[in-house]
Amino acid sequence: MSSAPSNAANPAMSMISRINIQQYVVYVGFLAIFLFFAIVLKDSGFLTVRNLSNIVLQTAPITIMAIGMVFVLSAGEIDLSIGSTVAVAALAAAVTMNAYGMIAGIAAGIGAGVAIGLVNGLLVAYVRLPSFLVTLATLGLFAGVARSLTNLRSIPVTDSMFTGFFGSGSLLGIPSLIWWTVIAIAAGHLIFRETRFGAHVLATGDNARAASVSGIPVPRIRLAVLVISGALAGLAGLLYAGRLQAAKYTLGETDLMTVIAAVIVGGTLLNGGKGSIVGALVGSLMMGMLNNGLILMGLSVSDQMIVRGLIILAAVAVSLREKLR
Amino acid sequence: MNTQAPVLQLKDIRKNFDAVVAIENFSLDIYPGEIVALVGDNGAGKSTLIKIVSGVYGPSSGTITIEGETVAMSSATMARSHGIEVVYQDLALADQQTVYMNMFLGRELTNGIGLLDRKTMISETEKLVKELDVRIPSAHATIRDLSGGQRQGVAIARATRWAKKLILLDEPTAALGVAETAKVEEIVQSLKSRNIGVLIISHSLDQVFKLSDRICVLRRGKQIGIRRTAETNKNEIVSMITGVN
Repeated sequence: MSSAPSNAANPAMSMISRINIQQYVVYVGFLAIFLFFAIVLKDSGFLTVRNLSNIVLQTAPITIMAIGMVFVLSAGEIDLSIGSTVAVAALAAAVTMNAYGMIAGIAAGIGAGVAIGLVNGLLVAYVRLPSFLVTLATLGLFAGVARSLTNLRSIPVTDSMFTGFFGSGSLLGIPSLIWWTVIAIAAGHLIFRETRFGAHVLATGDNARAASVSGIPVPRIRLAVLVISGALAGLAGLLYAGRLQAAKYTLGETDLMTVIAAVIVGGTLLNGGKGSIVGALVGSLMMGMLNNGLILMGLSVSDQMIVRGLIILAAVAVSLREKLR
Repeated sequence: MNTQAPVLQLKDIRKNFDAVVAIENFSLDIYPGEIVALVGDNGAGKSTLIKIVSGVYGPSSGTITIEGETVAMSSATMARSHGIEVVYQDLALADQQTVYMNMFLGRELTNGIGLLDRKTMISETEKLVKELDVRIPSAHATIRDLSGGQRQGVAIARATRWAKKLILLDEPTAALGVAETAKVEEIVQSLKSRNIGVLIISHSLDQVFKLSDRICVLRRGKQIGIRRTAETNKNEIVSMITGVN
């Protein structure tokens, strides 16, 4: 307590101590990886506009899911089920669309995501089961549903308006997947940072008891973040279906770890109370860039996995070091 | 003594958990600007009583009257809406959030379009911590970076911001060092001038005699008596607490 007044008397010092170095790890890492690939791969087409915009396009579903994951992790929960929600949503959308048209298809896709989020959320918030176990179970459960839904068959998505809207189309010269990314990030950031709901999510993840005695409806917050995550995984499913013009049970299967890594590297804490939407965006672009660069470098699939694992490990270690203070 | 109406009147409060009687025949009036200490050994029923006043438990029988109006309180939210704030022993602060967000935890201010009004929250926080002389680096500081005394200061400042009638302090200095305890005691003293009632639970008789106007003694759920602090001494209170003369 004795040192506090001197600190307050020196605004410049308190400004500096307020700036948290860990917060910028993701930006520094992003730049470092970018520069590395830009130099090493300058003759392999890494720096072309086409390749760079490809990275953003391919990352769009990851980014969308990462936004949901920021909410979930910040509230002190986790959602592992997004890995299979994507496929269920894409298949539900494709099947419904082929029978009843685009609007019904979109509703079915998002609806499937919301429904899975509701199942997770009700079990976590009101039955008080740990979200790790609940969503681990629903991950498997809905992976099974995705397989049985169409007997492992791939369903074509031919509605050109849909594939334009969610996949290959563009507006004002900007690809629709970039629009989706920008809009989702802007809305996510605004809600997370600037609304009471966002503040309540952080308080719930930080100290659920304190939140509760302060009048924050903790169960409703837990339910809400899992529904948001499910809905956004559903949207990611639509984006995959739109871009690939088909839905298959394998969609999103390998995305779970990428999403969690992107979010953690982006400065969101695994055990709640702190998160960043913009950090998650940069984190997922970093993951996409890594993917892209390692392929262009000509690494074998197994080597890619090893290198990516090591880089994620390093980034996570640096961004979590703060916790060990 | 006090010409004003009491902020809180407890009358014939009884609380039992099935066959176990935790509190019986408890009556106490607390007046604005008054600090009443609640003392008693472990298990005497102090925590139960705090929980009744803060709305966590409803009493099995008896009435709670706030400024002349009998109220039924069945939740902490209802107690808050009656102007009663609690400073919990274990603080109830969100560690990774800023001081000003904790000050407005669950009651964040928003502007016309529903977005957080950080500017007002920050300036109100700065004003209040200055008035109460809670020495923190800034309203932007993260709770985790503060000392125990600073945290307790923030918790009391928050209660002060919202309490219109009464602040309950549950062992506010139990986890603090000597200097920090003195600082928190100073803050508690300064609450008297705000014309709200204070009910404090403390194990330290030194602190009780330093801060309180009246002392209420509980033993095994029974109210042993209420003494004016200026008219009693530690020996009397100790024998009331222990039941040994």
